Amino acid sequence: MQEKELIPYLYRTEFRKITAVLCRLFGIEHITIAEDIVGDTFLLAAETWGLKGIPANPAAWLYVVAKNKTRDFLKRNTIFNEKVSPEVQYSMDESHEIDVDLSPTNINDSQLQMMFAICHPGIPPESQIGLSLRILCSFSIDEIADAFLTNKETINKRLYRAKEKLKEDNVRIEMPGETQIGNRLETVLTTLYLLFNEGYYSSSRNTVLTKDLCLEAMRLTHMLTENKSTNLPEVNALLALMCFHASRFEARIDKNGELILYEDQDISLWNSELINQGEFYLNTAARGIKLSKYHLEAAIAYWHTAERDSPEKWEKVLSLYNRLLMTEYSPIAALNRTYALAKVYGNPAAINEAEKLGLDESPLYHSLLGELYTTVDKQKAAEHFSIALKLTKTSGDKKVIRKKIEKLKNDHELGE
Amino acid sequence: MKEFVMIYRSEPMGEIKLTPEGNLEVSKEWENWMGGIAAQNRLVSPGMRLGNEGRTIKPGNVVTNGPYAEIKEIIGGLSIFRGESIEEVAEWAKSCPILAAGGNVEVRDVMQMNG
Repeated sequence: MQEKELIPYLYRTEFRKITAVLCRLFGIEHITIAEDIVGDTFLLAAETWGLKGIPANPAAWLYVVAKNKTRDFLKRNTIFNEKVSPEVQYSMDESHEIDVDLSPTNINDSQLQMMFAICHPGIPPESQIGLSLRILCSFSIDEIADAFLTNKETINKRLYRAKEKLKEDNVRIEMPGETQIGNRLETVLTTLYLLFNEGYYSSSRNTVLTKDLCLEAMRLTHMLTENKSTNLPEVNALLALMCFHASRFEARIDKNGELILYEDQDISLWNSELINQGEFYLNTAARGIKLSKYHLEAAIAYWHTAERDSPEKWEKVLSLYNRLLMTEYSPIAALNRTYALAKVYGNPAAINEAEKLGLDESPLYHSLLGELYTTVDKQKAAEHFSIALKLTKTSGDKKVIRKKIEKLKNDHELGE
Repeated sequence: MKEFVMIYRSEPMGEIKLTPEGNLEVSKEWENWMGGIAAQNRLVSPGMRLGNEGRTIKPGNVVTNGPYAEIKEIIGGLSIFRGESIEEVAEWAKSCPILAAGGNVEVRDVMQMNG
């Protein structure tokens, strides 16, 4: 790998590791200092490697430099020293040299602990996702802004507020105790789930970046399955769900970055390896008595990897959506349930149910009704599609709806 | 919006079917009915299904077996909903699958308790 590709690559893989270790060393109130030290390390790498060439072991080089920079920082900053955690002071007193432990075990532990600290119930979900991307996934501020379709300032402000909140709440960087882990894990899983969805359903045009978001969410979830205390059924269920969705990465976006609807996808592009992995995690998840929403969603996603239309499939999917809604309401689950209902009991029955949903403000609701009315009342179908078009914000979705309206017109002209 | 309880009553159901995991098998009719209300974001809790075992305790240390002695219909379960009015909730109850099985539904409003 050339220097030009190597540094961004290492930034993605190493920034988060060193930052997590330093955060754990300094305490949650000094996240920014940790970020700055690691940032400086990469700056020095860019300067030095350009002049002197790439070192034999670039990651080890980064670790040594980060350690030295940390020591220098602690020597220079007496104010920081007075306030810094007792553990650091203790280790400094003993040897006058602080030990920055960058062993794989400590890196892994630090990252897990940081995951729990960032995904703290007191922090708003939006901030949790932003901080996770920065600290746990090494995303640059530009990349986060791009993924959220906003600007750097907004993201910087959001991250600043999140860090302040962590400081205020005095969140500790540690694994929650056995009795707490269930509750705390719920927040972590919600954040990872949102992180994945952010990538999967993002309207950002940067498809490489949005796919990275999904892969990072999967990597973090995978980390939880590798740790004994967090390898719980719902974690495996969430990972299964992500694998099933991710199996359609190549099939759901065309070469222009446009979304291809599920029904129109080329099945041969579905990734069978990820489907198999999903099945493995779903089987692992099937222990214990708790049926989480991730179990239900993963089971639905599993049925969507199976052959496209069979009566059994849609009966199962409808049943799973019913149970999902009984566990937790969401508008999207309500709409998807109605679609499954149409597949099992026909469009008129589904229209009847759809009109009770009270989701008149949602473009997806009108798209669904447009779809359901297509075989029942073409005039009404066209009306709903045009409302959907008005309510839809993203150009990709608008394009899909325009195609539907166009098709309705053509069918009409052909005298159907 | 207020909360309401539906109390499902019918004759004792005989043997209760369990899934391999030991959970209660819920029929397609019940799932679709409750799922339809849940899809309107009006289900607070699916509540619980009650089993066939029972004891009724009366003053004077009188314990009878089950609730069956004097009444033919027993409470089979209950769920909690959110509705604008009791009329609205009663309307949903009209399509409850228990009616087809010869049972009935009682809709009651929920009072908030102090403390």
